[in-house]
Amino acid sequence: MKKEIIIEPVTRVEGHAKITLFLDDAGEVIDARFHVNEFRGFEQFCIGRPFREMPSITARICGICPVSHILASSKACDKILSVDIPIAAVKLRRLMNLGQIIQSHALSFFHLSSPDLILGWDTPQEKRNIFGLIAQNPELARQGIRLRQFGQEIIELIGGKKIHPAWSVAGGVRDNLSSESIEYIKSKLPEALQIIKSALKLYKSKFKEYESEFYTFGNFPTYYMGLVDDEGNWEHYDGWIRIVDSMGNIIADKLEPENYQNFIGEAVESWSYLKFPYYKPLGYPAGIYRVGPLARLNICKEIGTDLADKELINFRKLGSGSVNSAFHYHYARLIEILACIEKINQMIDDPDLKSKKLRARAGVNRSEAVGCSEAPRGILFHHYKVDDNGLITFVNLIIATGQNNLAMNRTILQIARNYIHGFDIPESMLNRVEAGIRAYDPCLSCSTHAFGQMPMKIELVNSNGEVIASKVRG
Amino acid sequence: MSVKTFSIDGQIISAKEGQTILEAARDAGIFIPTLCHFTGLTNVGACRLCVVEIGNSPKLQPACTTKVIEGMEVKVNTERLKEYRKLILELLFAERNHQCSVCVANGNCELQNLAIKLGIDHVRFEFRYQNYPVDISHELFGIDHNRCILCTRCVRVCDEIEGAHTWDVAFRGANAIVITDMNQPWGESESCTSCGKCVLVCPTGALFKRGVSVAELQKDKSHLEFLIQAKVKKQWIR
Repeated sequence: MKKEIIIEPVTRVEGHAKITLFLDDAGEVIDARFHVNEFRGFEQFCIGRPFREMPSITARICGICPVSHILASSKACDKILSVDIPIAAVKLRRLMNLGQIIQSHALSFFHLSSPDLILGWDTPQEKRNIFGLIAQNPELARQGIRLRQFGQEIIELIGGKKIHPAWSVAGGVRDNLSSESIEYIKSKLPEALQIIKSALKLYKSKFKEYESEFYTFGNFPTYYMGLVDDEGNWEHYDGWIRIVDSMGNIIADKLEPENYQNFIGEAVESWSYLKFPYYKPLGYPAGIYRVGPLARLNICKEIGTDLADKELINFRKLGSGSVNSAFHYHYARLIEILACIEKINQMIDDPDLKSKKLRARAGVNRSEAVGCSEAPRGILFHHYKVDDNGLITFVNLIIATGQNNLAMNRTILQIARNYIHGFDIPESMLNRVEAGIRAYDPCLSCSTHAFGQMPMKIELVNSNGEVIASKVRG
Repeated sequence: MSVKTFSIDGQIISAKEGQTILEAARDAGIFIPTLCHFTGLTNVGACRLCVVEIGNSPKLQPACTTKVIEGMEVKVNTERLKEYRKLILELLFAERNHQCSVCVANGNCELQNLAIKLGIDHVRFEFRYQNYPVDISHELFGIDHNRCILCTRCVRVCDEIEGAHTWDVAFRGANAIVITDMNQPWGESESCTSCGKCVLVCPTGALFKRGVSVAELQKDKSHLEFLIQAKVKKQWIR
């Protein structure tokens, strides 16, 4: 008789989800499903709104990465106006995105994942959270909070507030950066750099302890998709789409984000509200690809900053061609924080940041547009159609976490197969399944935030849907 | 012109004959909340936020349309009035979609300011989530009926100051909306002079300048006050 194991809710991810594991008669895992059981409806309720409101409306998708939506949305709106926005506006948007990547990655690593990594998977659940981390390693917790604050402060100094700044708009941005703000950011750079260096050192010192997880945490071949610049280097705001395979071969390059529908398909499954994007030429589900820090480091030639490029060489030693274990999302995230800090340092003295030419004005000149940028969790698409007056008639959003959906399902299956043999639900399995998901830093609704204090409910269900055993913890 | 003497919350106030309670209160520096009132336009008593208690009458009267009578005892700040005013604002918020966070007038909105001032921290009514259309067919301006509170300031300013009478109210009760001309798209209105007074006078983000993004709408009402003074009092003073 087939059995099902349900894990609900999954904690310390952004949003709500549950996991169902299907067992065969011998108690071996045959399938795993990661259900995203919340529904937001943004693509529907934006219809009828003036397109200029879209950056602020879609920002509300997420309280952690609102900047990503604001930027992708603003870029789509720029295209509806058919304008090249002022160079200063591009630079300011890029600076804000760097701040955004720092704060979001810091949240993922220090607040959400480091309790697993530093305290260990098998630490009791009630201690394996940010508070447990504060008790055991207060300096690390403090550094994480400081680093996230640095990213948030950059967003606030540029946009006026940390969360949902109504700053980037169709045609450009609303304000420049004051000299005082620039000096403040510069004064904070050394501390941020020191924090990320020590975090990288700590993380690498723990490498050996995780070796078995390297092989079981989503270690399988997939494609990787993201933006690169004209030279094929790491990019986060503009550029071209590149796709590489698990061996590191470039299989598609210089793809226009505008044409995403030619190469990205979106499959739907009845058991999840999250869609399953796939690389169209290979079909569903063979076209499984991953996005985010791991993908960005796999697709780029180099990052373009000294320290991050040195780390990139170390990172690439973890795979042959592409690095294929989802566990290394953590390392990739830390390298990207380092890269962002270095890139801010490179650009912070640019006089354009203080420019007053910030906004191009125009009316509705195109009826359809795609805006694309790299969110912390991966490449993000906003696709709008408008009527002659600029009222939205169609919205399609492809979010990073959706693009990792197939890979997250495969990751859970891989971990479950390694840790479940029989009809028991070992604690070690539960901890690792959650941690495996957390490696992707999924942002499921993005609006709520759980601390790992929520109860986890696991049910064994037979093929008739009857619960034959259940276990509650937390 | 004779002078009327009356009291507001026990304070003795002098008013000119023919003045409303609201005008006399404002002259004396006493705050009474309003939304549909706009100095220089005809008062219509539509929003009921300025209701006051007079004498021992159980019936509440709008201060904007009630004229001062010698010796009347007016109360403008009782617990009963505070409760009614909050109730009115909550009903306004529940009726249409007033989502401040994504509104062009966020931070520059009379409805929002009043809600903060009167201490609205939640709405006790079920939201109706009506889906009104947005009309941005006009070259310069747009109207989002979802944010309209039917104060009719736009109707009055267009009629009384500009003289175009482009705006009016159509339908009844909960179905009422403001319309341009014969309920046609604003951009197709023949009477509209594109003067923009309706946008300036609108207390919320319902009427807005095209091209503004969220929280960007600023309405310089002093410009309008200048025009009204010139028209009504024949005084061209800034």
